[in-house]
Amino acid sequence: MATPATVHSHAPQGFIRKYIFSLDHKVIGLQYFFLALTAVFVGMFLSLLMRIHLIWPTAALPLVGEIKPETYLALLTMHGTIMVFFVLTTAPQGGFGNYVLPIQIGAPDMAFPVLNMLSFWTTFLGFIVIIAAFFVSGGAPLHGWTGYAPLSAVQSAGPGEGLGADLWITSIAIFCVASLMGALNFITTTLDLRAKGMTMMRMPLTVWSWFITAILGLLAFGVLLSAGILLLMDRNLGTSFYVPLIVVNGQVMGHKGGSPLLWQHLFWFFGHPEVYIAILPGMGVASQVLSTFSRKPIFGYKAMVYAMLSIGFFGFMVWGHHMFMSGMSPYSAFAFSILTMCIGVPSAIKTFNWLGTMYKARIRFKTPMLYAIGFVSLFVSGGLSGPFLAQPVLDIQLHDTYFVVGHFHLIMGVAAIFGIFAATHYWFPKMFGRMMNETMGTIHFFITLAGTYAIFMPMHYLGMAGQTRRYSQFTEVAYQTKLLPLQTFMTYAAFITIAAQFLFVINLFWSMFKGPKASDNPWEATTLEWTTTTPPPHDNFGGKTPVVHHGPYEYGVPGAPKDYIMQTDPPTDAGHSDTK
Amino acid sequence: MGLALLLLIWLITLTSTYFFVAKTWWLPAGASAATHWIDGQFQLTFIIMGIVFLAAQLSLGYIVWRYRATPSAPPVSYSHGNTRLEIIWTTLTTILFIGLNLMGSSVWASQRFDAAEPGAVQVEVTGMQFAWYFRYPGADGTYAKTKVSLMDPSAGGEAAVGLDTSDPSAKDDVVTGTMYLPKDREVDLSLRSVDVIHSFFVPQLRFKQDAVPGLNIHMHFKPTEIGEYEIACAELCGLGHYKMHGMVHVVSQEDFDKWLAAREAEKQ
Repeated sequence: MATPATVHSHAPQGFIRKYIFSLDHKVIGLQYFFLALTAVFVGMFLSLLMRIHLIWPTAALPLVGEIKPETYLALLTMHGTIMVFFVLTTAPQGGFGNYVLPIQIGAPDMAFPVLNMLSFWTTFLGFIVIIAAFFVSGGAPLHGWTGYAPLSAVQSAGPGEGLGADLWITSIAIFCVASLMGALNFITTTLDLRAKGMTMMRMPLTVWSWFITAILGLLAFGVLLSAGILLLMDRNLGTSFYVPLIVVNGQVMGHKGGSPLLWQHLFWFFGHPEVYIAILPGMGVASQVLSTFSRKPIFGYKAMVYAMLSIGFFGFMVWGHHMFMSGMSPYSAFAFSILTMCIGVPSAIKTFNWLGTMYKARIRFKTPMLYAIGFVSLFVSGGLSGPFLAQPVLDIQLHDTYFVVGHFHLIMGVAAIFGIFAATHYWFPKMFGRMMNETMGTIHFFITLAGTYAIFMPMHYLGMAGQTRRYSQFTEVAYQTKLLPLQTFMTYAAFITIAAQFLFVINLFWSMFKGPKASDNPWEATTLEWTTTTPPPHDNFGGKTPVVHHGPYEYGVPGAPKDYIMQTDPPTDAGHSDTK
Repeated sequence: MGLALLLLIWLITLTSTYFFVAKTWWLPAGASAATHWIDGQFQLTFIIMGIVFLAAQLSLGYIVWRYRATPSAPPVSYSHGNTRLEIIWTTLTTILFIGLNLMGSSVWASQRFDAAEPGAVQVEVTGMQFAWYFRYPGADGTYAKTKVSLMDPSAGGEAAVGLDTSDPSAKDDVVTGTMYLPKDREVDLSLRSVDVIHSFFVPQLRFKQDAVPGLNIHMHFKPTEIGEYEIACAELCGLGHYKMHGMVHVVSQEDFDKWLAAREAEKQ
């Protein structure tokens, strides 16, 4: 454990260096958080328009007017891209990881503060570029967030496939560069800047999850960046990486010999680890919060660490399960399918351990805990549809239907968002020095849990009945038209759920200014961020460097004076000095 | 609060399960030889995952209610876990997941590793923005050449798939916009696309396969019930994706022969 290379004892003066181009990981963390908050409302608004259009096809809508088939496809492309990159990757890792990780390991800042600032502003630029795609001639692209070539590679393949698609892929490339910088920073910080006594096996599970996520990001985003550059070349320089000899709109295109499957392999080599990039930090937060509010050590700390490591490891070997129907060799489907089943095992272990943590506990129902419990429920529901989709023979029926949409929304969408909600309510007092409103939080939790289940559970039924995804209308295929009543139900559920999200935002901003003042350790938690003042000083620990003597989850230790032992408390005979 | 959570989690779980078990929305009745195997594997997976779903959600609801902090609640049971339990449930999950997977893979292998039966009816499916065309090789059993330079989607039919009429075997090639298949005979399908990726999906036939430009993908299946089935494109292919729709008519061998002869006659 090296000592920090730089000590930032003096906080910068002046608004711009303090809040805009700040080098402080806490400010950068909040910048990421508010960027993701903006993005999630954009993404949610797009989904609202889609849900309205599906059941009232002829209605003109606010801001967009008449929805044409290509408008619908542009909405879904932008919804997916914005949510996956600028929300699910940005908030849990860039936001909370940035804010909390250095404090939890006892460091004064990230290892490379300038790189950290650069990675946020690069992400911000990426967001501006993707939003710009709405406003150029032809509008946003219609090829879906997966951007399958040749649809995404040929400018004349549809409206939005001109400049809009160029901006889309450019934005993703910019995002990749930002994420690579961020990943390097997280890995270096975790390995080099841990305080004395903070061994790897004493790190909170949140730190483990951000660390493993950063490793996944480092390996995955490089591949997507390269794939994106090749796509830009196919689109604009006449190369043929992804495009064979084809005829579009009666015109023979100038490409020859490219492979559409190459894009899918490269995209999903990134795309599958990306799923874990979105959900791993949520798992970390859920573990942290469940242990804190159960007043019990996390059940199977080491098993949790090994489970996350094996999820990360297997996460790179399963990308082909997105391609069972693609024309890829049917033999390789065997391997991808078995490996996908393997990745279900550590996920199941985590669930067992979360239940084990709450078993024989004394659960305090504060809002962070509610969201963490919701996370476990959603993780189970979203996870159990996985073994259906992992079997090629069932994928014949389910691939590219609403079953898939329901599956990934529950697990990487809503479960990950519940992780973000839990994290927001849990660390808000530390970030802003005030408490969030528990009543508003509780109401928001109940409506959102019931509401998201009402939206996404029916998608599984629709998928089994053969409802194909990415259809702007269900009027053309008779068997699909019959499924419209269920779609209507989902739209109404979406109205209520989306409306409830304003409660969260009101609570957030109201509490920021009007909430009751928070103490340094309002949740009686054990990890290092709760040993420092609220909010933490510029260098996190006011010139002192913490020394760690205990594991991260020492709750309910028999014989201890309080029901918890903080990581920095002096060594004691009570309980375990280390996590077994 | 514990009780409210228990009630909500149980309500969600039981309602969701009810609609699965009641089969209010379910796989459409199958009409191909694979139905039996695919639906069997689906049912098996559904039962196993359903049990795990119920067990996990119901115990989650129960645990949060049972172990809520009350003034009279006993102190927590201080434990960092139990290695034996971890090993037991890791092993069980591994066996369950891998076993389930292996059971399904023989079906996949028979469909995808083996070639079509001899005497299978040959059909070539061509997808394009936003239509399906079907080509039958005719009496000579040979598909004539097609050329990209001849493809004219707006003209439809033979011109759309780029049929090279100078090829002698083109004389008896039949290109149609509707698919006819004889019942109880294996279909040797070859799938192509002229522009972007499409996916040929017929839920009742338990059949789906992407049509990829640059590839000619061979697949086989056997329709077993007479009827009309809708084809829905299952891969996003552009603004008309939602209406890239077609029909498969499964008819008796006799009717199929009549239909094909009539198309041949039309062509002359």
